[in-house]
Amino acid sequence: MNDFLVHHSQDNVGVAVVDVSGGQTAKGITLDGKSNFQLKALQDIPLGHKIALQDFKAGDTVVKYGEDIGRVISEIKKGAHVHVHNLKTKRW
Amino acid sequence: MQDIRVDGFRRQNGRVGIRNHVVILPVDDISNAACEAVSKVIHGVLALPHAYGRLQFGEDLELMFRTLIGTGANPNVAAAIVIGIEPGWTERVVQGIAATGKPVFGFSIERNGDLNTITAASRKAKEFLQWASELRREECKMSEVYVSVKCGESDTTTGLASCPTVGNVVDRLTNIGCTASFGETSELTGGEHVVKRKAATPQVAEEFMKIWQDYTDLINREKTDDLSESQPTKGNIRGGLTTIEEKALGNIQKLGQHSKFVGVLKPAEAPKGNGLWFMDTSSAAAEALTLWGASGAVLHLFPTGQGNIVGHPILPVIKLSGNPITCSAMSEHIDLDVSGILKGEMTVDEAGSELYALMTATCNGRLTAAEVLGHREFVMTKLYKSA
Repeated sequence: MNDFLVHHSQDNVGVAVVDVSGGQTAKGITLDGKSNFQLKALQDIPLGHKIALQDFKAGDTVVKYGEDIGRVISEIKKGAHVHVHNLKTKRW
Repeated sequence: MQDIRVDGFRRQNGRVGIRNHVVILPVDDISNAACEAVSKVIHGVLALPHAYGRLQFGEDLELMFRTLIGTGANPNVAAAIVIGIEPGWTERVVQGIAATGKPVFGFSIERNGDLNTITAASRKAKEFLQWASELRREECKMSEVYVSVKCGESDTTTGLASCPTVGNVVDRLTNIGCTASFGETSELTGGEHVVKRKAATPQVAEEFMKIWQDYTDLINREKTDDLSESQPTKGNIRGGLTTIEEKALGNIQKLGQHSKFVGVLKPAEAPKGNGLWFMDTSSAAAEALTLWGASGAVLHLFPTGQGNIVGHPILPVIKLSGNPITCSAMSEHIDLDVSGILKGEMTVDEAGSELYALMTATCNGRLTAAEVLGHREFVMTKLYKSA
């Protein structure tokens, strides 16, 4: 079983489908089954929360479903937890 | 995809219901007590208390009448008693419901008092309930069932599992010529461009974008912060959703892969034909369900992540969840567990087949979790202050 799923081939975050522990090697796959990922989780990532598939710097765009879901407000390392502390809406 | 048989109640106007309620409908807040008293005397009728109906005006008043008349007219309702403080607006609601051909009778409290009104309304309610109890289900088609879809307390599992499962079923329903409706205007923000592409014609796309823009303008005018605890909600955030864009993109998985929406409806407005319709609604669950019930929907599909427990008095709500924690910890609220999609043990199409089978059973009379647990949230949408 995979630890996280990735909606779209262009996405730069995955969604944990189990509770992922910091330090563990996490395995993921795209929903179409065409791409596999393996990376080290830097923090605990609860089921349903997002894991960074790449390094981000402030101002970068996070992509999920192949679409823009907001802007990065502080640096995020590959394997880190992506949530309200480092990602904000571009809308309101 | 073949249409299938379901056994429902065919009403006088030809519309198909899947429940057989006799409702006691207050026109206004101060008539709630009399309606609830009737429902305590006559066992098996359903009072629908609500908070409004006085001194409303303009479009807000029109929405109030559309909601009350539409609820009484809904094919899940066999007959209706209407009670209001005075006879004028009471009669307007009665006449609106009577246009369907179903039994309806109105009572007003001024010059009678609560006690005489309760006595007279109870006698009529007894007559209606015994009459309705003799009605029998008959052979109808799934394509005659009007289905609404909306998710609640979403998390990232709704975008991965439960919303795509509903989308799979929406594609099946539009294939057989069903009527279906989605809404949640503000919650499409960040995915509005994707929804626009799903409009059947450029005109429908423009109508949708105007309604979405009007709602967005209202939020931007009235907001006091970045809505970071309202949209997404605290529950959404706990479940891993971070931004409105992410929430919207999960939400619209319910629209299916192939379906196009054929038109745009005002709140509580009945669809003008079959196909998938966008309705301008709030994203608050009880308000949105009440608008769909008033537009004539007889069955609702409700994906949830963190576990929204909402129900509606006359609109059966089927809940499905892909979150294994919710399916386990709140199992009494979940009609269908699709968490196997997250585990790679189930495909979205397999989950869609299970949901379709459960819908069929529900149309034939199987009670939903929300019905069994007594969730009967009836919440009218108010557009602005009363006069």
